[in-house]
Amino acid sequence: MRRYLLPEYIVERDDLKCTRCKICVEQCTYGVHNYNAIKNMIESRSELCVDCLRCVLFCPVNAITVRRNPNVYKENYHWTYEFITSIKRQADTGSALLSGMGCDKQNLTYWDKLLLNACQVTNPPIDPIREPIEIRTYLGGKPKMLEFEFNDEDITLGTKLGPCLCAETPILFAAMSYGALNLNVHEALARAAVDCGTYFNCGEGGLHPSLYKYSDHTIVQVASGRFGVDLKYLSVGAAIEIKIGQGAKPGIGGHLPGEKVSDDIAMVRMIPAGTDAISPAPHHDIYSIEDLRQLIYALKETVEYTKPVAVKIAAVHNSAAIASGIVRAGADIIVLDGVRGATGAAPKAIRDNVGIPIELAVASVDQRLRDEGVRDEVSLIASGGIRSSADVVKAVALGADAVYIGTAALIAMGCTLCQKCYTGKCPWGIATTDPEISKRLNPEDAYKRVVNLVKAWSIEIKEMLGAMGMDAIESLRGNREQLRGVGLTDRELEILGVKMAGE
Amino acid sequence: MYARREHAGSYSDDKILGSCALFGMMNLTCERFSSKEPVHAISCMRERGNGLGGGFAIYGIYPDLADLYAFHVMYMDPLSRRRAEKNLMRDFRILLSEEIPTKESNEFLDPPTFWRYFLEPKPSKLRDENVSSDEYVVRRVMGINTGVRGAYVISSGKDMGVFKGIGFPEDIADFFRLNEYRGYMWICHARFPTNTPGWWGGAHPFSILDWSVAHNGELSSYGVNRRYLEMEGYGCAMKTDTEVLAYALDLLARRHNIPIELIAKVFAPPYWEEIDAMKPKERLTFAALRRVYGSLMMNGPFSIIAARHGEMIGLTDRKKLRPLIGGMRGDFLYISSEESAIRSISPSLDKVVRPYGGEIIVGRLRDLRVMETPTLVGRVYA
Ligand code: SF4
Ligand code: SF4
Repeated sequence: MRRYLLPEYIVERDDLKCTRCKICVEQCTYGVHNYNAIKNMIESRSELCVDCLRCVLFCPVNAITVRRNPNVYKENYHWTYEFITSIKRQADTGSALLSGMGCDKQNLTYWDKLLLNACQVTNPPIDPIREPIEIRTYLGGKPKMLEFEFNDEDITLGTKLGPCLCAETPILFAAMSYGALNLNVHEALARAAVDCGTYFNCGEGGLHPSLYKYSDHTIVQVASGRFGVDLKYLSVGAAIEIKIGQGAKPGIGGHLPGEKVSDDIAMVRMIPAGTDAISPAPHHDIYSIEDLRQLIYALKETVEYTKPVAVKIAAVHNSAAIASGIVRAGADIIVLDGVRGATGAAPKAIRDNVGIPIELAVASVDQRLRDEGVRDEVSLIASGGIRSSADVVKAVALGADAVYIGTAALIAMGCTLCQKCYTGKCPWGIATTDPEISKRLNPEDAYKRVVNLVKAWSIEIKEMLGAMGMDAIESLRGNREQLRGVGLTDRELEILGVKMAGE
Repeated sequence: MYARREHAGSYSDDKILGSCALFGMMNLTCERFSSKEPVHAISCMRERGNGLGGGFAIYGIYPDLADLYAFHVMYMDPLSRRRAEKNLMRDFRILLSEEIPTKESNEFLDPPTFWRYFLEPKPSKLRDENVSSDEYVVRRVMGINTGVRGAYVISSGKDMGVFKGIGFPEDIADFFRLNEYRGYMWICHARFPTNTPGWWGGAHPFSILDWSVAHNGELSSYGVNRRYLEMEGYGCAMKTDTEVLAYALDLLARRHNIPIELIAKVFAPPYWEEIDAMKPKERLTFAALRRVYGSLMMNGPFSIIAARHGEMIGLTDRKKLRPLIGGMRGDFLYISSEESAIRSISPSLDKVVRPYGGEIIVGRLRDLRVMETPTLVGRVYA
């Protein structure tokens, strides 16, 4: 059947500049560039290009340009390019469309409509270069109050606090599994977590034995497939996260095709090599909140109450009620993953249409937990599409304790958001387990880039806190007085719990 | 309601100076004294106020009725009094009620009326609710302040009372005829409001039960302090950040039974760096305080003088962005925004205390020691 798809991108080469070094031919994992020896020319098959920009950045003479195909369908606000292309692709293949990374739709980002406060005159801003500003963040369950024992002149703390995570910055690395990513990426994230004094979440594919040495800074995940879960795995991490859902595909499980399950991945996931690794949509032992409570306590028992247990859910319509149930079920940390949350592979229809923006979810969960008087007994992590230090600050002001970043960390390593992670051919060596392509990601280099990113954001967070006249992040947590909205309806402002700018 | 415009000075520039004056004076042997010295001292710092708020909390003023809760209630209109008194009569046995005597004066445009009630909770109601009488009183105060329009309980402790309003402190003292009262501890405030409208209820000190707080500064953390206290049942009705200090003191001291030295460490905690360097036992305590009560950290510039029966404290934020100084002479402890105010009534002092940021000055009855460096957990006086 002839394909009726327009090439999305046009790859152009300045032939006068091109030295025939063939670097682009090697670098493109999609086979766009080919050397024609007879013509002594490099030819490019534009229709295969995914706009990952690998060749563009690697061409030593800057001879390559990738741009959007100027041929477009007749302009139509209803039948956009995306819908026409999707229909044609499905007519060709008869299958559900897959996509990688997070939802890329307009109008779901509230961060850009929230503005931060700063001190003028009546209280002095604080200069982070000269004065300490603290962003250390503890995550875990807490008692409602402390009791002290008084003995003559002596005071002793009588309350024992539960286990917790102590992050030197409110930024943690989100769950991304071994299998979706390769070991180099995991190693880079783990080392960055150690360096930044924060935590990396190994995701649902188990933890490679070579990374156990970083396990003080590792959150181990237990998902519906139970891959790689055994006593050692649970005991080695700093915290355990039960994954109920993820923002990119709420209500959907995962599927790592057999061809990607190499010997090593099979060993870590504890499944036979070459078999499909399927995470069911639900945990088949959790059909209700009571069941979740059992799993939380089964895990706590297993590690003898030495580690906090987190529960991660996708932000959906009734997140607030679910979150309150999760607190009562005994979780120490709640992770909310918004509609922008990313993934290696998800059905496009789900990715783009299911779930709610993280900003609204954090606001309503924080408020609900306060209404029930339990907000300070748990920690709240916001996740899904956090793009900058300002997003982090706004998330904390809305009510989160900390954030997870995934996509941002991958972008720091080289990812260009081409959204083709599901192909397994990531030209940047990130979302691939192909041993050859994986070599493109140097863990040493990638780790440094991620550390730099977190350090840079942490400095900016301190700058913003200082400008608001605060020297500790706990004073920002849930402090919506420091936020104002622009371009929002009354109802939106009400749900976010913020005033309109100018009020 | 605006008063004494001429004091603002028609030639003064418009610059908003975020400053207020605090002054506290306590006789450590519980000897009661008149308004003369405290009023003189606070009026010495006129520069720091702007006539939009002044007030006093006086302890030991109702010795004959010391077993009863003394409510000072501000009424914006006659209707509000009828509504509030309905509540009071329903919930309390009122043993005495009277209008607080004030001086006829044309200094004030249309001041609210002030009443005081000496009361005790109705035993049957108390039984029904099954709470301590203090808790009962706090709930009823919240009920009136957030639920009865135009009525505000400005103090509710025993054998103490708050007198405050719009004006310079000396005018307020005049208005309430404070020269007729004697107390063993006086907390005084002159206000320069910036963030919140100058209104009678917004003047300091703020008070709940026998806690009273006078505050100079602005809390950037107000948003989270308020949301935390709301979670604990404290409704913030007074449109100002100082209110949260009074409620936080009540919550921590009364309901959570935390000693004042440690409460100071909740409001102005040591840096994590300092906590990390402490001995294990202290580290555990201070880390726990910050983790559990982080939402009550008072962030932003502040100095406060707070008091309850038998105890007066002074505290600044941990960066000391507002002034505070303490002094002692004989049985008297003074805490003030400026040393000059203390010297104006006691030119010579036995001891001057200049606390660092986050350090607390504590004065207790019959306890002449003044705590200067309470970083040690082990030093709390009974
Ligand atoms: S897919 Fe990437 S590497 Fe290949 S031609 Fe396109 S931009 Fe270049
Ligand atoms: S991880 Fe790789 S495949 Fe996925 S979006 Fe980024 S560059 Fe593309």
